[in-house]
Amino acid sequence: MKKQSRRDFLKLVGATGAGLVAASAASVQANEGLHVNNDELGMLYDATKCVGCKACMSACKRVNSDYGSLSYEKARFDTDGLWDAPSDLSGSTRTLIKLFKESPKQWSYVKYSCMHCQKPSCVSVCPVSAMTKEPVTGIVDYNKNTCIGCRYCQVACPYNIPKFQWEKALPQIVKCDLCKNTNLREKGISACAEVCPAGAIKFGKRKELLEEAQNRLKDNPDKYIAHIYGEHEGGGTNHLYLASMPFNKLGLPDIKPEAPAEFSEKIQHTIYKGFIAPVALYSTLCFIAVKNMKKHQGHGEEDSHKKEEH
Amino acid sequence: MAHSEEYQKLEGRIFTRSFFVLLAVVLVGFFFVGVRFVKGIGAVSNMSDGYPWGIWITYDVATGTAIACGGYAVAILVYIRNRMQYHPLIRSAILTSMFGYGLAGFSVMVDLGRPWNAYNFFIPSKWQANSAMFEVALCVMAYSTVLIIEFVPAILTSIEKSKWNRMNAIRNWLHPRIAPDQQTMVDTLEMVRLGAAWLKPRLNKVLIFFIVLGITLPTMHQSSLGSLLLIASTKLHPLWHTGFLPLLFLLNCIFIGYSIAILESLISSYSFKRPYEVEELSGLAGLVPYITVIWFCVMIGDLVSRGQLAAAFRFDFYSRFFLSDFLLVAIGSLILFSKKLRRSPRWLFVSASMIVFGGALYRFNVYLIGFNPGKGWRYFPSFAEVMITVGIVALEILAYKVFVALFPVLPNTSGHGAKKHGKAKATQPAADAAFQPAGAQLEAVTVKTHN
Repeated sequence: MKKQSRRDFLKLVGATGAGLVAASAASVQANEGLHVNNDELGMLYDATKCVGCKACMSACKRVNSDYGSLSYEKARFDTDGLWDAPSDLSGSTRTLIKLFKESPKQWSYVKYSCMHCQKPSCVSVCPVSAMTKEPVTGIVDYNKNTCIGCRYCQVACPYNIPKFQWEKALPQIVKCDLCKNTNLREKGISACAEVCPAGAIKFGKRKELLEEAQNRLKDNPDKYIAHIYGEHEGGGTNHLYLASMPFNKLGLPDIKPEAPAEFSEKIQHTIYKGFIAPVALYSTLCFIAVKNMKKHQGHGEEDSHKKEEH
Repeated sequence: MAHSEEYQKLEGRIFTRSFFVLLAVVLVGFFFVGVRFVKGIGAVSNMSDGYPWGIWITYDVATGTAIACGGYAVAILVYIRNRMQYHPLIRSAILTSMFGYGLAGFSVMVDLGRPWNAYNFFIPSKWQANSAMFEVALCVMAYSTVLIIEFVPAILTSIEKSKWNRMNAIRNWLHPRIAPDQQTMVDTLEMVRLGAAWLKPRLNKVLIFFIVLGITLPTMHQSSLGSLLLIASTKLHPLWHTGFLPLLFLLNCIFIGYSIAILESLISSYSFKRPYEVEELSGLAGLVPYITVIWFCVMIGDLVSRGQLAAAFRFDFYSRFFLSDFLLVAIGSLILFSKKLRRSPRWLFVSASMIVFGGALYRFNVYLIGFNPGKGWRYFPSFAEVMITVGIVALEILAYKVFVALFPVLPNTSGHGAKKHGKAKATQPAADAAFQPAGAQLEAVTVKTHN
């Protein structure tokens, strides 16, 4: 009897397992394909044009400091606080210029800020919809009034863009919103693109930016790596990059064209489609448990132990 | 369904020396919790924008709830697999599950940056069904409630049988002016007792539906704990990042659940000086290797299909952690395949601990060790961060010790044994009945001298 029941148990585990396996296998096959909306707003950053003046950083802080909870960061040597000297994106900095220098001849500036993905991981994982993607502009926005501070967006973002205010008792997430509530509303352009003196940041619709980038690649094929970073990375981003050096050296990760959020959502949706699986599981288990209980009540209390032995 | 005589309260004092040691640890932990709320998370933890989840999520939530799966695993066995002889184990398993989940919820509130916004989980317009975190949060909240409901019968029994000695003592100790009138108090307590007596049979009738809910919910959120890391495809090492994470996490929590139920029973038998439940435990232990074998099959099959098997034997940082969790669980399972070793409390203890450690290490691998956000990021928990986790675990043990003394939780050794051997096992020789406690005592002595 013992052997028998163990087999039954394995059957049960196996059945549950097989269901899940089938579900996840099926989900990997069912490729819905992501629709790319090229009318969304974005920016094209050309690292070969950037002169590293950081006017974009300073404009970003000037414009967004109150609304975006940004502040100046002191460098260790600068006790008087004369300069804003962030070393990385942080809870007080949402855009940043860095220099990557391999050799005196091989170097490049690079700008970090939100990529405004076509299929953003942060929006996909936020449990309370504090991260949202605007349907028309495609801006990935953050609402601190709903955010619970779980930092799942940080875990999910392949570019490590959302930053958390670790030092504050009442912290929030900080990330670029394309000046949605400040410069974009007032002047129709993001502050960084507006002030760039070298024309390294171009603001516009994604299709215009892609066209421009392709033209630049065509006109100066020697100057650039023949790749528009963000065109296909992680399902496509609205912030696009051109550069003269391999992008992974500039801190932009190699990402497959499939959006990470597509992969995870497919599995999650397959398991929880219409909430059928959990309800079915519950009803089946209820049926079994009630049946078992009835059996026991029929046999009486003492017999319950005896029954197990044969 | 009234199994009250199956369980008994633990006789003895509550305020022992270990109680105060644990209390001290709890207070240190809560001091740092206070610091965290005044000065921010950065003041107590080493978490960073690269490693936004530290040990609070990795241990307290992801691993702690798996360790708290004893209630889930034993409930499957008892109510679905219909093996009622394990019923005596279930109440203590549910109690530890209750504390495990409750305190996981507590540490989430410590970990959340903006906990005052957590009410958004209850606002349908804010729901985000794509998020595995949303699923985990709702399921864990629901399951904690279910666990409390499952534990209510123990409290009701306790109320019914209580003579209110302590309550009377407090009343007598209070100044007559502020103490309630003797008659009023007796009346009120009688009302409470009647209420409990009224509620108990009604609750018992519907309890099975809550118990089944308590099996469904962990199936959902334990797999979703694996789904949480599906999105981190660029950060999680390919040894662990797979579409099978939900299934692997589900199987992982089941074998951890059985192993921890074994460990809990052994440890409480040992420390409360009660006979070991060898019969039940060896049966329970017999199930574990079958689940771990399925787990290994899924894991290795997946590695082969993704062409990552070689990465497991590269003996670099990641491969070493992968192999250690693999070997811990594998060796623990091998021990449990032996019928003879399964009957020895000492080997049960060794193998169950190995499986729990290995299974927990797997979760650490997925959440922290295999997680690499990019160059320049490092994480090792700070002292204060560890103390908060340790304080929470200490609170769990403390509460367990208090609860087993206040409520009938532990298996009733005298009544249970007598019933089992006297009536049901009439065919078995009587010597066999005597053998079990004696053997257990012998083992207890050997374990003691061994330590």
